[in-house]
Amino acid sequence: MTYDFSFVNWGVVTGFLLKGFVFSLQLTVVAMLGGIVFGTVLALMRLSGKPWLVLPASGYVNTMRSIPLVMVILWFFLLIPLLTGKPMGAELSAIITFTAFEAAYYSEIMRAGIQSIPKGQVFAGYAVGMNYRQTMQLIVLPQAFRNMLPVLLTQTIVLFQDTSLVYAIGAYDLLKGFEVAGRNFNRPVETYLMATVIYFAVCFSLSSLVRVLQKKIQIIR
Amino acid sequence: MSSSWDWQVFLQDTGGGETYLDWLISAWGWTLAVALSSLVVAMVVGSIVGICRTAPSKALVYFGNTWTELFRNIPLLVQIFLWYHVIPSLFPPLKSVPSFLLVVFGLGLFTSARIAEQVRAGIQSLPRGQTNAGLALGFTWPQTYRFVILPMAFRIVIPPLTSESMNIVKNSSVAFAVSISELTMFAMQAQEETSRGIEVYLAVTLLYFISAFSINRIMLAVENRIRVPGYVGGGK
Repeated sequence: MTYDFSFVNWGVVTGFLLKGFVFSLQLTVVAMLGGIVFGTVLALMRLSGKPWLVLPASGYVNTMRSIPLVMVILWFFLLIPLLTGKPMGAELSAIITFTAFEAAYYSEIMRAGIQSIPKGQVFAGYAVGMNYRQTMQLIVLPQAFRNMLPVLLTQTIVLFQDTSLVYAIGAYDLLKGFEVAGRNFNRPVETYLMATVIYFAVCFSLSSLVRVLQKKIQIIR
Repeated sequence: MSSSWDWQVFLQDTGGGETYLDWLISAWGWTLAVALSSLVVAMVVGSIVGICRTAPSKALVYFGNTWTELFRNIPLLVQIFLWYHVIPSLFPPLKSVPSFLLVVFGLGLFTSARIAEQVRAGIQSLPRGQTNAGLALGFTWPQTYRFVILPMAFRIVIPPLTSESMNIVKNSSVAFAVSISELTMFAMQAQEETSRGIEVYLAVTLLYFISAFSINRIMLAVENRIRVPGYVGGGK
């Protein structure tokens, strides 16, 4: 088996790969931001101590965490059109699915982060006359977020890897771009190798960044 | 698609002389087969790599770290495609290997990196004095690992290994991408053929639940059985 990468030129990159790469990044960023926001809400619900908030939140998180992501992707792709009554593109469906799915994982991280803040901080907030919202927003959440930053970013790397699973509903992501290019030029082996290198380069540099960040945060503490 | 339930869909004939229920059960079997075989590969390789990462040899540590970084930073689906499309073209004798085995290696080695990380953390969580005590007694390095470090380390890492074992059941769902007839593949095809997506997906999701939950219970039983008295979580 000899390899032939000669078909790769700028036209291939812009024609097949860029579109997928942009979508994968878009999916990662939207699901990360949305996931962290909804995840924080879910975490606050679970820590509220009120059964009518705790039960739905923990039920949601535990359900999401015990179903394979591919099945969640299929479920949403099936259910969203049934609920809204109109068909929905694979790309938009993927964005909604990943935001909802990642919220469950980010909420577990945020919950651990909030629990890592000493109780005294909350009491101090109340003691100076802050209400619940102010205490959380100004005292607890900023610290929880900062403590958990490396873990949140690691989860984002996992999220970026998992975006490849939109393959199940045929959305055009980074991997799909390589696959289509491979089929077009009849060079699937080469394009799969290229996909591997790109994914590895992105994930490895991000995880190296997280390690640097982790060290920095440790020193400050 | 109507909104009323129709569970009789599972009694329909698939066109191949079996019902969808038969197919569902065989698909569950494939999921369990992929998950459990991969788990064996992952545990064996992961333990070895994890031990390497704590070994007193720079070369072994380097090997272990490289292995972990390599398998952790490539998406599982891409790794499965590598095993299925790329590796057989590199080593032509592998072309006759059934795709089941390729998926088992793909999923197994992917998970091995995560297990190696847990095993390394477990070993390093032990006080240094235990290793020194072993060496002071005249044990060689392999003996120290075998009789002093590993018996404790493996007990410590059982909880994270439980969650990795449950993850492997969930991750086995990517085998659909290389046409293994497991639960996710069944879900996609049966949904297409019967237009009874909700019933089909519910059944499949329930089976994933049951599989992961059973593994959780088994690992809990193992944990209780081999716990060391007097340690945290070690009972009386």
